[in-house]
Amino acid sequence: MAFRKKAASPPEPPKPRTLFEKVWDAHVVDRQDDGTCVIYVDRHLVHEVTSPQAFEGLRMTGRKVRRPEATIAVADHNTPTTTGAMDDESRIQVETLESNVAEFGVPYFDMNDARRGIVHVIGPEQGLTLPGMTIVCGDSHTSTHGAFGALAFGIGTSEVEHVLATQTLIQKPAKNMRVAVEGSLPIGVTAKDVILAIIGRLGTAGGTGYVVEYAGRAIREMTMEGRMTVCNMSIEAGARAGLIAPDETTFKYLDGRPFSPKGGAWDLALGQWRRLPSDRNATFDSQLDLLASDIPPMVTWGTSPQDALPITDVIPDPANAPDENRREAWARSLAYMGLTPGTRLVDVPIDRVFIGSCTNGRIEDLRAAAEIARGRKVAAGVSAMVVPGSGLVKAEAEKEGLDKIFIEAGFEWRLQGCSMCLAMNADRLEPGQRCASTSNRNFEGRQGRGGRTHLVSPAMAVAAAIRGTLADVRDFQ
Amino acid sequence: MEKFTTLSGVAAPLPMVNVDTDMIIPKQFLKTIKRTGLKDGLFYEMRWTADGQKKDFILDQPAYQNAKIIVAGPNFGCGSSREHAPWALLDFGIRCIISEDFADIFYNNCFKNGILPIKVSKEIIARLMDDASRGSNAIIEIDLEKQEIKGPDGGTVHFEIDAFRKKCLIEGLDDIGLTLEKKSSIDDFESRQKDSQPWLHTAS
Repeated sequence: MAFRKKAASPPEPPKPRTLFEKVWDAHVVDRQDDGTCVIYVDRHLVHEVTSPQAFEGLRMTGRKVRRPEATIAVADHNTPTTTGAMDDESRIQVETLESNVAEFGVPYFDMNDARRGIVHVIGPEQGLTLPGMTIVCGDSHTSTHGAFGALAFGIGTSEVEHVLATQTLIQKPAKNMRVAVEGSLPIGVTAKDVILAIIGRLGTAGGTGYVVEYAGRAIREMTMEGRMTVCNMSIEAGARAGLIAPDETTFKYLDGRPFSPKGGAWDLALGQWRRLPSDRNATFDSQLDLLASDIPPMVTWGTSPQDALPITDVIPDPANAPDENRREAWARSLAYMGLTPGTRLVDVPIDRVFIGSCTNGRIEDLRAAAEIARGRKVAAGVSAMVVPGSGLVKAEAEKEGLDKIFIEAGFEWRLQGCSMCLAMNADRLEPGQRCASTSNRNFEGRQGRGGRTHLVSPAMAVAAAIRGTLADVRDFQ
Repeated sequence: MEKFTTLSGVAAPLPMVNVDTDMIIPKQFLKTIKRTGLKDGLFYEMRWTADGQKKDFILDQPAYQNAKIIVAGPNFGCGSSREHAPWALLDFGIRCIISEDFADIFYNNCFKNGILPIKVSKEIIARLMDDASRGSNAIIEIDLEKQEIKGPDGGTVHFEIDAFRKKCLIEGLDDIGLTLEKKSSIDDFESRQKDSQPWLHTAS
């Protein structure tokens, strides 16, 4: 009997996939029937605040760190930005980190290491953050690293312990959203304004359950620093992670970094990284489109990052809130912020200015701030400080003479760290003080009990420092 | 981790939207190196004035001092990833939070600590908020196995929950232990990755 050849159906073309799906698929170690996956973690960033209980858990169960060499630890949240001593509790937390990394063999940038800085600044700076990686840290702003096309998200301390012990996490895939910003950004408008405008549109829970991929010309035209600012604040829209497709800008940034692949490994990596961007026709669960030309310099007026408005606007009236929930939230925010509906934002006086954080503490942020500060003076009665994101950012800024520009303008030039973004060290607002801040959260009490935070870009923060009120940076250019 | 099967207790209403983890446990309490003892910091700035006077926050009112459940406004637990938030809630005695929706990281963190976060519709929240506002006489019962919330008037409401997370809570399973059972899969993954992406196995 002759075998008859079955008419072979042509092979199915591979399903177009998003950047998120490609990185996710490449890291599935195990998949249960219900879709729950064990996901491999390529890089684990550890800091002093969310790790002590995780190391303690390992000790209690006699477990080891599975891949110390895939881990990097640094103290950033508590560390002082002056040469003064730490308070006892902060010091104990830093010392606990030091003894934990020694006991478990985890690489550590110590307090005297010039590379020490905010985890989300030093990862990219060192080439520890690479496209296509999975990166986690016990910090919600881990989304920053998505700027490189890495799937990066914040985790709790129990999950920190899980990653230390197993180099994996138990997860279900997120939904996928595409946010496109088409066209080029107008003068005076930065990555910070873009992400504040996006959060204003999505709302603080609009991204819950999603990984957001940022796309469009305005994003492509951003530097890596700008892209990191955008991805950093993804969590403020509730998104688990932000992603941007790696491109020549990404590769140029990474080439030659201390931990970037070298030689043949670089070429091999580059070949793989070029295949990461979302396929044409890949489908997203949700889409938001913005025009860059519609985005002005932004500022927040309330106590949620979604309370973002153009600087030319006025304080909103709760009576005009879109729903009952917002009406209550707005009224509460206004009471906390000490603001009256109808007041022009540029008429709101400020007491303090903070330039720094994992959102806006990189060299390009300091350059943009210095450009506005050059030859000008901080207004009388305003206290302003610049806190570089890492020791290397600080050194580079000093090499470029930015520190002198800031100091001559009346800013304090501090040591690197998280500082007044979350006020765990001595840098904090006093009750009732109002601050123009380049950080990421304007929550009640975030920068100090009773402190009032207005989120802005670095250039806008300097404009506010000089004017003594919230100000439109375009008046200074 | 303590198992979660059924729970019966007073529910405190907290209708605010976007309760963030900075509110649940402010930064000064993050300096601890322990998981326990955080109840004093729970909702600190809402409970205490700057000069140390009690503010009559809902959880300090006599009817709610022993609350085991919080009926919360939408987007509960947004912001920082700090697991100190569920630790502080647990230390106070809260084992269940019911809301329209939760922020992702907080939601995850609850399950790791034997706290059940329940998502229900806006309409059901409105009813439960009403029940909760009736004080210490309004006992709410939770049955995780049956996925049911029983109100003080005896009416029950069904809720959805991921089957794997449910199993882990009911059995009090240790995630790390479960994953370590898959050690050979992790080993295999690593050796494949070492071949295809050798640069991931040289740093840091």
